[in-house]
Amino acid sequence: MKLLNCPINGPRPVSEFAYGGEYRDMPDPAASTDAQWAEYVFNRHSVPGVKKEWWYHVPSGTWFVAERDVHADIVHSTYIYGEGPK
Amino acid sequence: MSRLAQIPGEWIDRSRPLPFEFEGRRYGGFAGDTITSALSASGLRMLGRSFKYHRPRGVLSLANHDVNALVQDGKSLNLRADVTPLEANMRLSAINTFGGLAADRGRLLDRMSRFLPVGFYYKTFYRPKFAFPHWERLIRKVSGLGTPNFSAPRVRTPKRYDFCDVLVIGAGPSGISAALAAAKGGASVILVDENARIGGSLTYAPGAADDSESLSKMLMRVAVEPNISVRTSTCACGYYADHWVALVDAAKMTKVRARAVIVASGVFEQPAVFRNNDLPGVMLASAAQRLLHRYAVKPMQRAVILTANAEGYAAALDLLNAGVEVPCIVEMRAAGEQTAALQELRKRSVPVYASSCVYEALPAHGLTGVDAAVVCPLRRDGRADTVSKQQFDCDGILMSVGFAPANGLLHQAGAHMRFDETIQQFVPGALPYGVFAAGRVNGSYDMGARLADGERAAALALRHMGLEGAQAAPTVAPETRCPSHPYPIVEHPDGKNFVDFDEDLQLRDFSNAAQEGFDNIELMKRYTTVGMGPSQGKHSNMNAIRILAHIRQLPVPEVGSTTARPFFHPVPLSHLAGRGFTPERRTPLHARHQQAGAKFMEAGVWLRPEYYSQDDKLKADLVIDEAMAVRNSVGLIDVGTLGKLAVIGPDAAELLERMYTGRFKNLKVGMTRYALMVDESGVVIDDGVVARLSEESFYFTTTTTGSASVYREMQRWNAIWGLNCGLVNLTGAMAAMNVAGPRSRDVLAGLTDIALENAAYPYLGIRDGHIAGIPVRAMRVGFVGELGYELHVAADNAAYLWDALMQAGADFGIRPFGVEAQRLLRLEKGHIIIGQDTDGLTTPFQAAMDWAVKMDKPFFVGQRSLHTIQKQPLKQKLVGFALDPGHTGPAPKDCHLVIHNGAIAGRVTSVAHSATLKKIVGLALITPELSAIDTRFDVRIDAGAMIEARVVETPFYDATGARQKEAVASPQREVIPA
Repeated sequence: MKLLNCPINGPRPVSEFAYGGEYRDMPDPAASTDAQWAEYVFNRHSVPGVKKEWWYHVPSGTWFVAERDVHADIVHSTYIYGEGPK
Repeated sequence: MSRLAQIPGEWIDRSRPLPFEFEGRRYGGFAGDTITSALSASGLRMLGRSFKYHRPRGVLSLANHDVNALVQDGKSLNLRADVTPLEANMRLSAINTFGGLAADRGRLLDRMSRFLPVGFYYKTFYRPKFAFPHWERLIRKVSGLGTPNFSAPRVRTPKRYDFCDVLVIGAGPSGISAALAAAKGGASVILVDENARIGGSLTYAPGAADDSESLSKMLMRVAVEPNISVRTSTCACGYYADHWVALVDAAKMTKVRARAVIVASGVFEQPAVFRNNDLPGVMLASAAQRLLHRYAVKPMQRAVILTANAEGYAAALDLLNAGVEVPCIVEMRAAGEQTAALQELRKRSVPVYASSCVYEALPAHGLTGVDAAVVCPLRRDGRADTVSKQQFDCDGILMSVGFAPANGLLHQAGAHMRFDETIQQFVPGALPYGVFAAGRVNGSYDMGARLADGERAAALALRHMGLEGAQAAPTVAPETRCPSHPYPIVEHPDGKNFVDFDEDLQLRDFSNAAQEGFDNIELMKRYTTVGMGPSQGKHSNMNAIRILAHIRQLPVPEVGSTTARPFFHPVPLSHLAGRGFTPERRTPLHARHQQAGAKFMEAGVWLRPEYYSQDDKLKADLVIDEAMAVRNSVGLIDVGTLGKLAVIGPDAAELLERMYTGRFKNLKVGMTRYALMVDESGVVIDDGVVARLSEESFYFTTTTTGSASVYREMQRWNAIWGLNCGLVNLTGAMAAMNVAGPRSRDVLAGLTDIALENAAYPYLGIRDGHIAGIPVRAMRVGFVGELGYELHVAADNAAYLWDALMQAGADFGIRPFGVEAQRLLRLEKGHIIIGQDTDGLTTPFQAAMDWAVKMDKPFFVGQRSLHTIQKQPLKQKLVGFALDPGHTGPAPKDCHLVIHNGAIAGRVTSVAHSATLKKIVGLALITPELSAIDTRFDVRIDAGAMIEARVVETPFYDATGARQKEAVASPQREVIPA
């Protein structure tokens, strides 16, 4: 079973986590066209490589961001939103 | 008897004889014997029958893949005789025979084998179709394994969990070397080996060690090393993500989490392919050496040695020293290496026939053994020169022509393999993070190199873990001699040259497969079934790859190998079976519901009373009774499954405004408001009630199924927004019940310190107070359309409050009501249930809930999408409908389709017969053109009949909401129907 490193609780089995989807920055709702907004809401890019993802540690209720190579399934880093590398 | 005098290091305990029975005859062995070694010691050659042709088979590997020597011991079936420890009084029989091993009537199949090529039944038995079940039964019977005993006792197999720094798989020289080095470096080590004792090849090929004492020295060092935990008779069967390895022994599975894994699993010796290479007495050289050194069994009297490597000469000398005659050594290469063993054999005048092959083995009567080996020179094209054949009498032929790496776990871990031409073996190229290989599986054959390779792997593992003081990894010289023949396969016009002993696959089955177009390794595997038997290709895959490369004239690496998946070795299903685990939540009032006769239903993970049964009354009548009690007097329902959340802080209202479509900043303290939630695409996902307890404190509910996800999403958004407020999930901590009906205020009146008069406590108000002495938060709600109070209490107090309410309500005819009655009551009010009256595409506009969506707010999740949707025409609309009051006969059900002009125009989302309204009413999501009041539309019900319905206004009942807003005078005028 895979391990994930929760920034608060340390490495825990992946069965304790819920996947929250790819991390995406929301465009300014007022400034974006319908097409740009629809792109944000509906389209996901399944290109393999290192991606930012939302993960949730269920028992402690901790959301964090994981930078994961989705092709090799290797997690490079995990951090609380806003505390990671920009 | 062919048991020898005591051999140094033998695994048997001669002081403990064990009697047992095989095929109805009595035998004896010793503790430490396997079933095969004990039978071999008793002179038995034939141990089983093959899967398909029922040919006699004996020892092949003695290394856990002699799958033609499977035995049954009562309820235990398909025991591998070559490795299963002998126990006293076993009553064993060979599997898959008709009338016993010796007289097996199935042996006739061997004579018919030319008519039974690979795939014959796909091609033969598909016509006529009705006959196939007959053939299927016959084939399954003839080509079976053991007989399951269905009355065998149920066994619960434990699972264990274990942890270590370094898991070393394989306790041969390189594995032990790695374990010792890792332990010395400070790592906790688990050393696993499938054999009963550690030592690997040193336990049967002692000539390989430079120092004859090295095995005992190694074992001593392992024994005194506190950092090493040794697991023998344990197979590492599967590798999973992040170094999680399944260890399987006879009793259980252990799931080990390691920080690093060293695979030192060695190699499987591979058979040569020649005619009758499956006869009892033809075996791998290592098998003969295992019999000899571990069990002191003389494997045969006179053995021809077929070899293509130095190991064959060492084995020949080994047997010679044990008193076995060796009439000749057949060397497939032009010459063997100049080893000490070769010189010694020369000295003892053992003839060596170079560039030769065993063309066929001549069988003893009934194929029960070998009489002679036919030896031919090998021509340049790899075929036998039969003109110059010679015959050597023998009762055994040893095959020492090459090895295949035991790299299943490395494959599973994601290692990339490359083919090393020098040693004719796949070796790991790129290894995954934290996984290391050592020893022969890594291509190191020289004993010094194997030990050094173990130390190298250990050093890398320690460095991987970041342990201080990790030594520099020693460099290991690449192997220069080739232990494996590139093509140890000899054609014979009469076949019976077996490649896969599990499934009786002959050389020609492969050429047939290729001819029919299955000439890719994966296709060939599936067509011929090579490697799909119990040994999983451990003795056949490498030869199959070589054969396919030969047929297609391709280099071996271009043919590649098949995918290796867990499990690497068959695992009994009992080891895998677990207990069913479906989490199920019960409210604190569960016992009360049981006492009241509740019939439970699942609501998300919760169990909720669907209705309360009474003797012989019908469910439909009981649901109506419960609903009428609420309409006419008072009822009590457990709503503790609702999500119950609190948000506290200066930005609490801001968070709610961003998450829900409604406005909450202007909500007055002490009041509640309906709340609707949409997702980013504007689809309705949840609803509930938000109550303001103070300026900075809100308490709110979610749907039963949505509680976890709403809480989670609010946490996520708040992590992004960083608002100054905190969320608390009180779903499990709080219980809730709704006392509803015109007499509900009367029930509470005598119990509470809360002022209940309409003026002091209006509709949608929330009050904290006490009921029956218990602290309660009461919300005046109207979901079922009557005066009602939703009471939230600490979970521990729920049962007490329930009892108090039931007691106080007795005079008013209070009765508990279930989910079915609640659904009916809310339907009469036209209140929707998210997920039932909406689906994964329904917007608030479609659900006719525009009133709940404040589009002029600065922001809420989904608002931007709703702006776009608002500009577009509606695709569907949720409407109320009714059938004519006089309607009789079958009625529409949930999800029946609305049909308009022959096409689907919508669906019924909720429908029920209302006793209050005395007609059938429902909600339907339909095309907007049918949504105007009084429009008639058709619903297609079961069996295709059309029922006409009419769009009507909702609520169906009490359109002004007078009943929930004000106490209704004189409820006595309505009579509960009998």
